[in-house]
Amino acid sequence: MTQSSSAFTAEHHQPVPLWRDVRILRWLFQLGVLAVVVYGLLTLYNNLIVNLTAIGLNLSFDFLNRPASFDISEGPAFTSRDTVLEALRAGVINTLRVSAVGVVLATVLGTLVGIARLSRNWLTNRLALIYVEVFQNTPLLIQLFFWLSLILALPRLRRDEIASIPSGPIRIGALDIEPLAYFSQRGAALPGLELGDTFGQWLPFLAAALIGAGVVWGVRTYVARRRDLLPFGRAWQSVAAFILIAIIGWIIVPGVPVRLIIPTLEGDGAIVRYSGGWLLSNNFQAILLGLVLYTAAFIAETVRSGIQAIPFGQIEAATAQGFTRAQQLRLIILPQAMRVIIPPLINQYLNLVKNSSLAIAVGYPDLYNVSQTIGNKTGQNVQIVFLMMAIYLVMSLVISLILNVVNRRMQIVER
Amino acid sequence: MTEHSPTTRLPADLPPITTIGPLGWLRKNLFGSVSNTLLTLVSLTIVFVLLRAIVRFIFLEADFSVVTSNLTLFAIGRYPREHAWRTVLSLGIVIGLVLTSLLIWRNLTLRRVWMVLWGLSVPAIWVILAGIEGSSALPFVGTRVWSGLLLTLMLAFVGIVASLPIGVLLALGRRSDLPIIRALSTIYIELIRGVPLVTLLFLAQVILPLFVGFDIDVVVRAMAALTLFFAAYLAESIRGGLQAIPGGQSEAAMALGLNPVLVTVLIVLPQAIRIAIPTIVGTFISLFKDTTLVSVITLLDLAGITDAALGQSPEFQFHKKEAFLFIGAIYFVVSYGLSWAARRVESGTSRMGGTRQV
Repeated sequence: MTQSSSAFTAEHHQPVPLWRDVRILRWLFQLGVLAVVVYGLLTLYNNLIVNLTAIGLNLSFDFLNRPASFDISEGPAFTSRDTVLEALRAGVINTLRVSAVGVVLATVLGTLVGIARLSRNWLTNRLALIYVEVFQNTPLLIQLFFWLSLILALPRLRRDEIASIPSGPIRIGALDIEPLAYFSQRGAALPGLELGDTFGQWLPFLAAALIGAGVVWGVRTYVARRRDLLPFGRAWQSVAAFILIAIIGWIIVPGVPVRLIIPTLEGDGAIVRYSGGWLLSNNFQAILLGLVLYTAAFIAETVRSGIQAIPFGQIEAATAQGFTRAQQLRLIILPQAMRVIIPPLINQYLNLVKNSSLAIAVGYPDLYNVSQTIGNKTGQNVQIVFLMMAIYLVMSLVISLILNVVNRRMQIVER
Repeated sequence: MTEHSPTTRLPADLPPITTIGPLGWLRKNLFGSVSNTLLTLVSLTIVFVLLRAIVRFIFLEADFSVVTSNLTLFAIGRYPREHAWRTVLSLGIVIGLVLTSLLIWRNLTLRRVWMVLWGLSVPAIWVILAGIEGSSALPFVGTRVWSGLLLTLMLAFVGIVASLPIGVLLALGRRSDLPIIRALSTIYIELIRGVPLVTLLFLAQVILPLFVGFDIDVVVRAMAALTLFFAAYLAESIRGGLQAIPGGQSEAAMALGLNPVLVTVLIVLPQAIRIAIPTIVGTFISLFKDTTLVSVITLLDLAGITDAALGQSPEFQFHKKEAFLFIGAIYFVVSYGLSWAARRVESGTSRMGGTRQV
């Protein structure tokens, strides 16, 4: 048996010449590609420098400290005398503001619609299907234009023309909920929270409440584990502990730490203004409404496919043991479906943040909108484009990081 | 014990609850239990409110003259009216290719011919639409006046045709065992997927000329941005397909003596793309919908020209909704049609059977 292989021993072996050695060819190929890429990037960079100097610009970031000399319609306090950097900061905060509210609302709506998609009730099922198909298959931009045109067609905030006397009745629109919420061309006014002077004194109690809730959770889990039981009810008990400590603090602290402010209408003659409450501009309403309704359609599909990924035997087994349909959903289906749903769900959050850049179409001053204005005002488009892209990239990376952490935790739970 | 003689009669039972016919259907699907009935009532309320709003809107408020008086504008925008036949001819070429492709798809030789035709159709349509400078039959029409649905379709068409091969290369690169190639592909895909499309369009519109040193046509720049953006997403779709191919496939092919390139092109890719068809079509639908974003960089696609036309005509100030509804319906028909076709292909090719409803 050694004889047959002896024909291929070392003395007969011809070394592969260098130009035919696959290992070397692979590295040559890769280095070639790398060289082309690097050369291309360098050429672009050189072109950039040459062309910028030709039109009298440079790549410095000094302009960030100059006055912005434009206004931002909403968000953190900002005047045109503040620096460009402050303007960018305001843009980032506005993007985060609409994204944060949007993520919460879209998750709630999307989950409801996703479960409705699987309902055995024919009508509910069809309604959810129509919702998902309509909102998934039309461009977000068109939806934004549509919502803005609807919002701008709301009634104007003024007294009735016939009764233009100062005390005449204020016209109430069809959507208004007297005396809580008003919707008009001036924007929407909803009940809002106002922090009182003594809020700072209440804050330690809130922290204590959080710690107390954590302790209750930990103790309940520990005791249940010791007795080899399931820690049923620990969530409710933790919430109860939180509320209890918070209320004790509320009673001890003098004054009112947080006040609920209900918007009122005021003004003389034909001009009426909102006073107090939580004011939402038309632009904010349009971008929020558009993002929530669009993303919720995709989240609904994520939830539906996550639930459908559960083997049917699970449902049959649960039915055989007498679980009601609601119990099945809460105790059997959702805990398992979560594992499938959460990764694509976080991806949808990422899409929502990126899609918030369409705010420019409805005039909401988000990061992209502010960046474009800065580019127009200062002419330093190169720096501002790359700065803006870097900020979006950081936001995406942070969300991806959260996704990875969640994924890892989920896998540990599975073992 | 009493025994039943054949003549004793059992006590009469109530007739069974109807489970067939319209009544049975209603009972089963809408009023089966208390909670089900509640759901039905809630849904009926929603349907009622929506229907009332829609009926009121259509019969009392809506004025669709904003649509009917602007149809040509929506279709070809500012393209010269006397040359409108060129847009019709281009559309005819695409529709003809689609229909004939469906007919000849099973014939392998013809399929290759048609692939070449598809490739040739892009420059051909470009020449038909843009024309040749100085010619009398096909006078030059600058891309700056391409607008409306014409521009939307051109952006989508070029984007789809151009981004697929780049996406395939990127997906192969990311799965490659050559470290530098893999790193470059991964960096590209993740960078692009981390930023919104509008930032890329902004880059293409405002600072790309500074990088290349000469002026590129603004429509071409938008097409390039769309293509490069969606190539990254397509790469991820195709990578999913590649991961689903068992390693034994390429091992078997190599054992038969195929070299690595042939293994990839003949064995792995065709299977991977077939598996990835649903997600690929999903990406194409996103691309089609996202062509609207070029209106943010002031190109006049279907969305942009609608917005611009409405802004310039105060008589339609209160009828913008109608226009956006109409435009939205156009996008819906195309997107829904694509996803419907993809689902047909999916259920036709996979023998796994559908998922059971929970």
